[in-house]
Amino acid sequence: MRRVVVTGLGLVTPLGTGVEGAWKNLIEGRSGAGPITRFDASALPARIACEVRRKDEDPELGFDGDVAMSPRDQRRVDDFIRYGMVAAKQAIDDAGWAPEDEESLCRTGVMIGSGIGGLSGISDAAVEFKEKGLRRLSPFFIPGRLINLISGYVSIAHGFKGPNHAVVTACSTGAHAIGDAARLIALDDADVMVAGGAEAAVCELGVAGFCSAKALSTQYNDSPEKASRPWDKGRDGFVLGEGAGIVILEELEHAKRRGAPIYAEIVGYGLSGDAYHITAPSEDGDGAYRAMQAALKRAGIPLSEIGYVNAHGTSTPRGDVIELKAVKRLFGADAANLSMSSTKSAIGHLLGAAGSVEAIFSILAMRDNILPPTLNLDDPDDDCEGIDLVPHQARERKVDAVLSNSFGFGGTNASLVFRRYN
Amino acid sequence: MSDIAERVKKIVIEHLGVEEDKVTENASFIEDLGADSLDTVELVMAFEEEFGCEIPDDAAEKIQTVKDAIDFISKAS
Repeated sequence: MRRVVVTGLGLVTPLGTGVEGAWKNLIEGRSGAGPITRFDASALPARIACEVRRKDEDPELGFDGDVAMSPRDQRRVDDFIRYGMVAAKQAIDDAGWAPEDEESLCRTGVMIGSGIGGLSGISDAAVEFKEKGLRRLSPFFIPGRLINLISGYVSIAHGFKGPNHAVVTACSTGAHAIGDAARLIALDDADVMVAGGAEAAVCELGVAGFCSAKALSTQYNDSPEKASRPWDKGRDGFVLGEGAGIVILEELEHAKRRGAPIYAEIVGYGLSGDAYHITAPSEDGDGAYRAMQAALKRAGIPLSEIGYVNAHGTSTPRGDVIELKAVKRLFGADAANLSMSSTKSAIGHLLGAAGSVEAIFSILAMRDNILPPTLNLDDPDDDCEGIDLVPHQARERKVDAVLSNSFGFGGTNASLVFRRYN
Repeated sequence: MSDIAERVKKIVIEHLGVEEDKVTENASFIEDLGADSLDTVELVMAFEEEFGCEIPDDAAEKIQTVKDAIDFISKAS
């Protein structure tokens, strides 16, 4: 099969819009959590989130949709599409990929997904429709909320006529999108793919829905930065985040021919299903174990070569430890030489964007040989012994291969392995 | 009349994201201002909202230029 490398990155996160700014904040140990500002959350048990700050709130790293979409188009779509479009443009610019010939455009595809899609717009339109009827329902209501419309808008804006696809696998979306897009290149269906995930579910109905499922942290409303604390004994649920992570994947020889920057090679991708429960992970961590195992088998590298694992680690009481046990079971004696952290401690859980944002953080950890920390890990769970979870502060460490895990509702698991390209 | 014309033009500029000088009375939404069929549906909704009138579907289909919109709204209000 053809080899696939990463040649461009784009990020919209609660720690900033833009790859280098968000990464710097992450390494400095900053948290993106705060009180919810998008709506009045005072009646909900969870009143905090990791929101993407706007340009007027943060002139340097705030989000500005104008860089990728006209005001006219932006008005018609939900935030998840705006985030996806901006992150995609960053990644495309970063890769320097702006072909004009028909052959190149037809060999460039897009696979950007979302876990939930336009929940905010669906919620608003449903209320307005109930009150005012059909005459007030925008003709852009449906196309502005559909999950695959990020891929649609990106293809229209940049002229990419190759495979146009969208993944929807809850919190595994971003990882599945990168893995599946890489396979399209490996199998010669495309030479370049714009891939990743975007999410914007920090709206009243979204937060309320996760509250109802008892999934969110509710004990830290007065100290939001302390709320996301993977593996800590005081953890009580995840903090909802939003944003987008997009990568440019490219066939190795194609990238070399045009002298593109090569961040890493994607060498492993593993998928599995729990076949257990709609929201809870299987108790024995078997689904996580098999996804990681499959990714490492595909990578064909020894376990000892993996220096860093970016965990799914959402800060939920059960999930964190189940993943940890699966990692220990798979790595065995090599777990002692492994570093693993959860960047959700800083940016919250970006749902469908989590897998791709965290894949980018994993790649940057390898680029800079510095591991992002697990914030708030003050009092580790008893099961944490024997594995380095990079508590509180980033750590310098030379790593040549990284693993990134994502697990989603429905029992859907994906693991990605990236390796330094020399 | 001029008030209605100004308000119609303002809505067209905002919704279609076009330059003010392009929005002449004879400008066609689709031919001259780059609108598609969804845009025209949205424009009619915006006119209804702004002027508090109802534009039935058969009348909406005949509103193809800025002048068509101004004339219909002038008559309706």
